[in-house]
Amino acid sequence: MLENDTNLQLSIIDFVNRNFLMNSDAVKYSNADSFMERGIIDSTGVLELVNFIQQTFKITVNDEDLTPENLDSVNNLVSYIKRKKTTGS
Amino acid sequence: MPPLPSNSNSVSENVNQIGFNVLQIDCTSEIERICSFIQKSLVSVLKRRGIIIALSGGIDSSVTAALCARAIGCERVKGLFMPERHTSEDTFRLAKLFSSHLGMELIDHDITEILSATGCYNRQNEAIRQLIPQYQPNYPFKIALPENTSTIGYQIFSLIVKDNNNNVYRKRMTHDSYLNLVAATNFKQRVRKMLEYYYADKFNFAVAGSPNRLEYDQGFFVKSGDGSADLKPIAHLYKIQVYELAKSLGIPEEIRNRTPTTDTYPLEQTQEEFYFALPYQKMDLCLFAKNNNMHPESVCEATGLTPLQARKIFIDIDTKRKTTRYQHLGALKIEKITQID
Repeated sequence: MLENDTNLQLSIIDFVNRNFLMNSDAVKYSNADSFMERGIIDSTGVLELVNFIQQTFKITVNDEDLTPENLDSVNNLVSYIKRKKTTGS
Repeated sequence: MPPLPSNSNSVSENVNQIGFNVLQIDCTSEIERICSFIQKSLVSVLKRRGIIIALSGGIDSSVTAALCARAIGCERVKGLFMPERHTSEDTFRLAKLFSSHLGMELIDHDITEILSATGCYNRQNEAIRQLIPQYQPNYPFKIALPENTSTIGYQIFSLIVKDNNNNVYRKRMTHDSYLNLVAATNFKQRVRKMLEYYYADKFNFAVAGSPNRLEYDQGFFVKSGDGSADLKPIAHLYKIQVYELAKSLGIPEEIRNRTPTTDTYPLEQTQEEFYFALPYQKMDLCLFAKNNNMHPESVCEATGLTPLQARKIFIDIDTKRKTTRYQHLGALKIEKITQID
């Protein structure tokens, strides 16, 4: 994994831990785990997540991007943000 | 959850199909069962002398009121109509039609002033302007879910506003604007519940709530608002079954034929675009199949859904159950107070 991938990953994990888990160890998750299935994020949480990635990574999340494939795990988010940053789509 | 079908447009031959007939009930015995429940609840548990029920002119509150009247007599049931600035005229007309049809007293208590005093309308306006700065208070608006049920995506609300020239603005809601608008709008359900309990205390009555099974299961209510009640006589019935009972109870045809609406936002809004994403008949069948551990594809023939759409609805049912669990919970305590709980 490239250095900037690691930073991206850490930034997402930090946000999830602070914002959704309040830095508690109430829920354990891996980078591949579904946020929804683990009960970390609900539909309101998705809006918070979108807000975070738009502001932090200066990308626009389009309506058609609002899918679990893009947003529902640390790994999915890393791939999605990288793709948006490089190709814009 | 079964794996995704290999061909999303064709139904597997080995999956048994179900039809809407699985939801048929024996109305006479069901009415008897519910009436007996209402009587016993009032006399043995709640110890109240009658029932207050908020009327919306819709099918659920009308059926609930008719069942209460049949159980304990219409003189012991009072309908409460609580319109506000955004209530449609149809709602009042149908609530009046229904109460006079039943011979039940109807209390008309307008809540516009109370809502203004809470800042409900101003707060709504501010929330809308976060997304649509040119919004004016006389423009009708609503929030709605995406119409597309063919892809598995998140259900994110959009704000829809119509200006005086019939231009329609549609914007996906942000976290802040969504919470601000919903919090302000929930004043409506909570003020109504406050008044239901005012009248209940005044007459020593209990409060009946009127969620059907779909609404109850999927958390389609406001906590401490329309979600609160002393008894919920039709919470076990699918919406199709509520319509069956309505016919059997002789509810006026106009009420039975009315499209279910939320009557919460000034722009006309169906329950489908607000919450369920499918017409209630199809949602009922999906929920029934899921509750009875059937395969998602078992509803495809009757509903016209593709296997992928059916699977998406099944997933959505689970998601809504998870995300609205909070709505059903009472206050959490560190331990059970055994003398009370």
